[in-house]
Amino acid sequence: ECPGTGSAQAGRAAACQGCPNQGLCAAGAAGPDPAEAAELRARLRAVRHTVLVLSGKGGVGKSTFSALLAHGLAADETKQVALLDIDICGPSIPKIMGLEGEQVHQSGSGWSPVYVEENLGVMSVGFLLSSPDDAVIWRGPKKNGLIKQFLRDVDWGEVDYLIVDTPPGTSDEHLSIVQYLSATRIDGAVIVTTPQEVSLQDVRKEINFCRKVKLPIIGVVENMSGFVCPKCKNESQIFPPTTGGAEKMCQNLSVSLLGKVPLDPQIGKSCDSGQSFLAEAPESPATLSYRNIIQRIQEYCEQHHLQEEKIM
Amino acid sequence: TLAERANLAGVRHIVLVLSGKGGVGKSTLSTELALALRHAGKRVGILDVDLCGPSIPRMLRVQDSAVHQCDSGWVPVFVGQDKAIALMSIGFLLERPDDAVVWRGPKKNALIKQFVTDVAWGDLDFLIVDTPPGTSDEHISTVEALRPHQLLGAVLVTTPQ
Repeated sequence: ECPGTGSAQAGRAAACQGCPNQGLCAAGAAGPDPAEAAELRARLRAVRHTVLVLSGKGGVGKSTFSALLAHGLAADETKQVALLDIDICGPSIPKIMGLEGEQVHQSGSGWSPVYVEENLGVMSVGFLLSSPDDAVIWRGPKKNGLIKQFLRDVDWGEVDYLIVDTPPGTSDEHLSIVQYLSATRIDGAVIVTTPQEVSLQDVRKEINFCRKVKLPIIGVVENMSGFVCPKCKNESQIFPPTTGGAEKMCQNLSVSLLGKVPLDPQIGKSCDSGQSFLAEAPESPATLSYRNIIQRIQEYCEQHHLQEEKIM
Repeated sequence: TLAERANLAGVRHIVLVLSGKGGVGKSTLSTELALALRHAGKRVGILDVDLCGPSIPRMLRVQDSAVHQCDSGWVPVFVGQDKAIALMSIGFLLERPDDAVVWRGPKKNALIKQFVTDVAWGDLDFLIVDTPPGTSDEHISTVEALRPHQLLGAVLVTTPQ
């Protein structure tokens, strides 16, 4: 019985002997070995909640959402927030957080995250490049190595929320982060989409990926969901939900729809200038949507924690 | 090898559609480019190497198609109004469209090589290659596999921000 090409046993199970794919599956490297897992567990012990931001589709607003989630959670100064960008080929977080040009410093206790606020630290491959236009042309195994380093060597300290921004797809980065974080615990995934079917078809795959690797789904966020003209106040569907949008998909797949966020040109501008959209446009309907979604995520994480404590 | 050259031997020009950024319209452009070239009377093929998020089949309304083998390799699916555009995408190999392709790099590389060398494209004026976002396995493998052939060049797609 094939253990599954994505499983920890891929290429290594007894059933793999003689399978023509065995070499390929084994080359993928299943996950951290016990010593590594112990190391990761120790490093991440002080992380209370971990949220993965996924899509499947590119350009739907994962990084935008991750950044705003981080800003939103860090508005409570008593909370320590960490934002980890594992998009190795297209790291957007440094620009969106206004941290372009920053470098990572090493200390005795490991790599130091780059701090936006005292309680909001960020790590991204973007900080390791000598020039922002340098292409990171790496195959999977090398990307996995860096992700492991991000988890093992960064001195995050005590963290209430670790938010992980991911690239589009269901490949090395996604498998690796789930496997490396299995050493600790992931509260769940927030999946981002836009209303059109071309996005939803990739997002359904991502939902199936989560189910395959037993990653709880906190819910789905639908971005670019309608546009209200600031002049005439008419609403237009720039990306028409021809198959019912995220709402229908969530109903069909029994996942939670966390919220819909309308298009607001200020969002793109804020990202480009490295400012928090929530702070720059507090009255925008998009801000209201984001804040509601962030609150729901917070409630999910806190509830989770309470349930676990009860069980323990 | 002779077999490798043979399946692409009849292809005059190969155009890669790239970005780096996701969601900017690579697949949309690849589709429109193919349709426009076909409309201008050219023989056109599309190779969709986005293994995790193959969009082209839906854009050409053939998401429910299957591929078959012949003596020279895989037979592409023929799309467009006159069924004259040849399309190969991993989308056709999935049992269910919502199945996630959760593969690490080495396995993706193997399939891409097959896509390039084992599809019976026949005689084409243009082969348009649609890619996923990024600069990783799919891109490296595609360029490596296409290098012995007539790689015309790349079109890069972006949005303004």
